[in-house]
Amino acid sequence: MSFCDRCGGPVGEGDHTACLAARQLEPPRFCPHCRRRMKVQVLPAGWHATCVEHGTL
Amino acid sequence: MSERIMAAAERVLETGVGLDEAGVLAVLRAPDEQLTPLLEVAHRVRMRWCGPEVEVEGIVSLKTGGCPEDCHFCSQSGLFASPVRAVWLDIPSLVEAAKQTAATGATEFCIVAAVRGPDARLMAQLRDGVAAIREAVDINIAASLGMLTQEQVDELVALGVHRYNHNLETARSHFPLVVSTHTWDERWDTLRMVRESGMEVCCGGILGLGETVEQRAEFAIQLQELDPHEVPLNFLNPRPGTPLAEQPVLAPKDALRAIAAFRLALPRTILRYAGGREITLGDLGTREGLLGGVNAVIVGNYLTTLGRPATADLELLADLKMPVKALSAAL
Repeated sequence: MSFCDRCGGPVGEGDHTACLAARQLEPPRFCPHCRRRMKVQVLPAGWHATCVEHGTL
Repeated sequence: MSERIMAAAERVLETGVGLDEAGVLAVLRAPDEQLTPLLEVAHRVRMRWCGPEVEVEGIVSLKTGGCPEDCHFCSQSGLFASPVRAVWLDIPSLVEAAKQTAATGATEFCIVAAVRGPDARLMAQLRDGVAAIREAVDINIAASLGMLTQEQVDELVALGVHRYNHNLETARSHFPLVVSTHTWDERWDTLRMVRESGMEVCCGGILGLGETVEQRAEFAIQLQELDPHEVPLNFLNPRPGTPLAEQPVLAPKDALRAIAAFRLALPRTILRYAGGREITLGDLGTREGLLGGVNAVIVGNYLTTLGRPATADLELLADLKMPVKALSAAL
């Protein structure tokens, strides 16, 4: 199973169209592998997101 | 009525003295057909009293999330079920962020922390960060660390922090509905100390927090009374998990009315596009605002959300023949 990296919900359940659109202007917040909240650092020209279990995206 | 608004705006152009509260409210209530002429006169006011240059700034979060305050718009409050986790930025990454900002031609780099006010650990991190940036990058350093003590103000001055940001966020009358863990007057106290210290004062807010247009006018006049060097104008970008998550985004024309109104209230102030402009105004609205009184932009990403690529804004400024303020002019 994989998870929406914006809302953390299962990608196979519900409509994530709004999440997809919002992600154009947001970094991911949830690990797509385990739905843990990630540590996210936004920088002026990028971002990085790290899951404690699955590492940096 | 319409002629009176335009006459009042023309007086701002001639005198450089901002509109009073009734005048600001009239602009905020102006009918759609009057919006373009109001933006045009606001642009002329900006050009006459501020000049054609645009001040470009980058911002970065030194300490993200886990904030003890309950600002209802903020995804970094530790009191809400927001997906934003607490994280600290290390010094090499802070320097890299400053380099990324300087590479855009920006003159300002603002270091921001999600806190009520700085503790000893944050001040130490800032001290080390400012020193490392100074060794690597030629850029003005600003800071936004919440409410300060006089000793902290003095230390920031000693560090050479050029400008301090502390937003009043909204009108005094609306603030208690947006924040309950501290008061508008506590924020004002910090701003007073910053002004008296000689640092430049940066103070703005967020439009679309559920305030009435009357409160929007009240806020513009309260900023006029403060007379900051810079006013960053944010538009609410409703964040998941916050109390304002379902608040509607401000209508584009209301955002443009606000830009004209704030410029006409604050004819000599740096008026900066900050967060939320992408979702509120889009590309076309960004252009209209720059032709309607805005004379500064935050380029690149924000603290927890992403912005347009810096190149898109810089290309727009070139297209509008608006020169980017050089560091020598900023010093």
